[in-house]
Amino acid sequence: MDHGPGPGHGSRGPSAVRLVWVYPDLLSTYGDRGNLLVLARRARLRGLPVEVAEVNSDQRVPAGGDIYLLGGGEDLPQVLAARRLRAGGGLAAAAGRGAAVLAVCAGYQIVGTEFGGVEGEPVPGLGLLDIRSGRGERRGVGEITADVDPALGVPRLTGFENHQGRTWRGPEVKPLATVLAGVGNGDGTEGAYAGRVVGTYLHGPVLVRNPGLADLLLSWVVGTLPPVDPRQDELVQGLRRERLAAQPAPA
Amino acid sequence: MSTSSPPSRRTGLPLRARLATTVGGAAGRASRLAGRGDGSVIGGVIGLRLKPDLLALLARGRQIVLVTGTNGKTTTTRLIAAAIGTLGQQIASNAFGANMEAGLVSALARAPDATMAVLEVDEKYLPAMLTATGARVVTLLNLSRDQMDRAAEIWLLARRWRAALAAADCRVIANADDPLVAWAAGQARKVTWVAAGQRWHDDSWCCPNCGSHLLRDGEDWRCGECPNRRPPVSWVLAGDEVIDPTGRSRRLDLILPGRANRSNAVIALAVADVFGVGVTPALNAIAQVRSVAGRYTHVERRGCDLRLLLAKNPAGWLEALDILVPAPVPVTLAVNAQVPDGRDTSWLWDVDYRRLRGRPVFVTGERRTDLAVRLEADEVAFRMVGNIDGAVDLARSPSMEVIANYTAFQQIRALLGRTA
Repeated sequence: MDHGPGPGHGSRGPSAVRLVWVYPDLLSTYGDRGNLLVLARRARLRGLPVEVAEVNSDQRVPAGGDIYLLGGGEDLPQVLAARRLRAGGGLAAAAGRGAAVLAVCAGYQIVGTEFGGVEGEPVPGLGLLDIRSGRGERRGVGEITADVDPALGVPRLTGFENHQGRTWRGPEVKPLATVLAGVGNGDGTEGAYAGRVVGTYLHGPVLVRNPGLADLLLSWVVGTLPPVDPRQDELVQGLRRERLAAQPAPA
Repeated sequence: MSTSSPPSRRTGLPLRARLATTVGGAAGRASRLAGRGDGSVIGGVIGLRLKPDLLALLARGRQIVLVTGTNGKTTTTRLIAAAIGTLGQQIASNAFGANMEAGLVSALARAPDATMAVLEVDEKYLPAMLTATGARVVTLLNLSRDQMDRAAEIWLLARRWRAALAAADCRVIANADDPLVAWAAGQARKVTWVAAGQRWHDDSWCCPNCGSHLLRDGEDWRCGECPNRRPPVSWVLAGDEVIDPTGRSRRLDLILPGRANRSNAVIALAVADVFGVGVTPALNAIAQVRSVAGRYTHVERRGCDLRLLLAKNPAGWLEALDILVPAPVPVTLAVNAQVPDGRDTSWLWDVDYRRLRGRPVFVTGERRTDLAVRLEADEVAFRMVGNIDGAVDLARSPSMEVIANYTAFQQIRALLGRTA
């Protein structure tokens, strides 16, 4: 996998990192704005200018962004969002030319090939990840801790999950992480990734509690990042310690 | 209803129900004496165990108003009770927010002779409580995201309300400015629509009927694709004034602060009107309500006048931030994540804290670290303190505003109650 700078940036120096928040009117049930704010903050801490586009479902998703964010949503909004994203084509085009995508919960299911609709009927997704989701037997609600695929170099994930999804992976994707405590995909793994498309069930929001994952997405756009001044990282590291201590992973 | 009203309603209950209310009442008193709560739930729990249909029995023959929504239930229940109270009749009410079945049972059992009841109901339980009580009036305030780790999703809630209200023979008083509420009441037989306003729009960008984007123009809204639109209203909140169905407007001079409480007041006036209470006497009664279950209370602590505001979800925080007295009065924010609060703190990121920039801010509560990270992202300067006293000591201010979520609010009240 290519971990070098993404299209449009890196080689041109610090031009703005373009963040696109996809359909906050449909896919933002629980603090999903946090992922956007953390990406913007961590870019600015490195002196990188940021441009933010919040794109509602009656607007076209621009194909020229660097990082696309999709959040959580209820069943009906999820189906509507998938339908509109498939019809619009902007997100798939962006992912196709190597833009980074972080998709959370309902958004995670949407970027797969198929998920369960309001009555459990199969609904086609965008096919950016080779995954398929349906309804699990029990609702996963609570704190979750998971160890990230070592290839990604991101510290242990901490988050909050609230879903009844069960997700099956095809051969084209790898699990994002191995669950230490919690439900995740339902088979001991959590999330999935392929290329620069990352999906996860984690709220928290996930990038708030896991700045390493935010930095990974930014590095896919701009290349190697300078470290953040430790004083600017102190609070969030404290939050990570607190949350990880609150859910001790089994030895 | 053909049953005549007995001198004491309790004597009209079947033996087992009488036993259930007596045993339950004793348990409630014991709970209060033991300091384990205000006693408004435990009695009902025990009563229901002895007699599962106790609520229906206790409700029989009474005129009942149910009040539900995500925000303002407890306050609006209090305002309606105050307005209807001008009729001079005894009113049963779960005034302290115990709003599930056991709380309703306790409220009715405590007031066996009350012919009227104003009961707040948890959003999830509205359909069941409507069936059990045979309520005459159902009041729908608003519907927004709240404690999603334990509550149903709100579009799903709206669907359940819609089905229950379509099947019931009651009058619905509904906020026409909230599209989810309007849709939920859309098939009810008798609806009084109130333009009560909607400050929080983030859960109603899309049409609950078809999912298309809603078009908004001020408080007016309509779907761009299907016929769903804001229904014609008969009561209107217009700034500081209420316009009644005759077109007459009056100033709302409430002791309770803020737009949200003016909204609650207008809805309470519309409910009171169903019972023949005139706008003037109803408004006089509503205007005198000073604090509701400790909310908006002023408490003196070590020479600092604290005002306590409860905010349980993003819409509530928005309303609370709206009514803060201006800088430089310091603000303390307190957040917990116990079961009644919702264990997920992600909602903190749905609240815009930027307007707290430039004034002293203190953060406390069991999840103050989550709150601190949130404020840092919004570039709000703050100090972390162990409890409210830490904030009072550091602030050295004659007054302070305090916003807390549910259990954090109760903890602060318990701490202040010991010396206040």
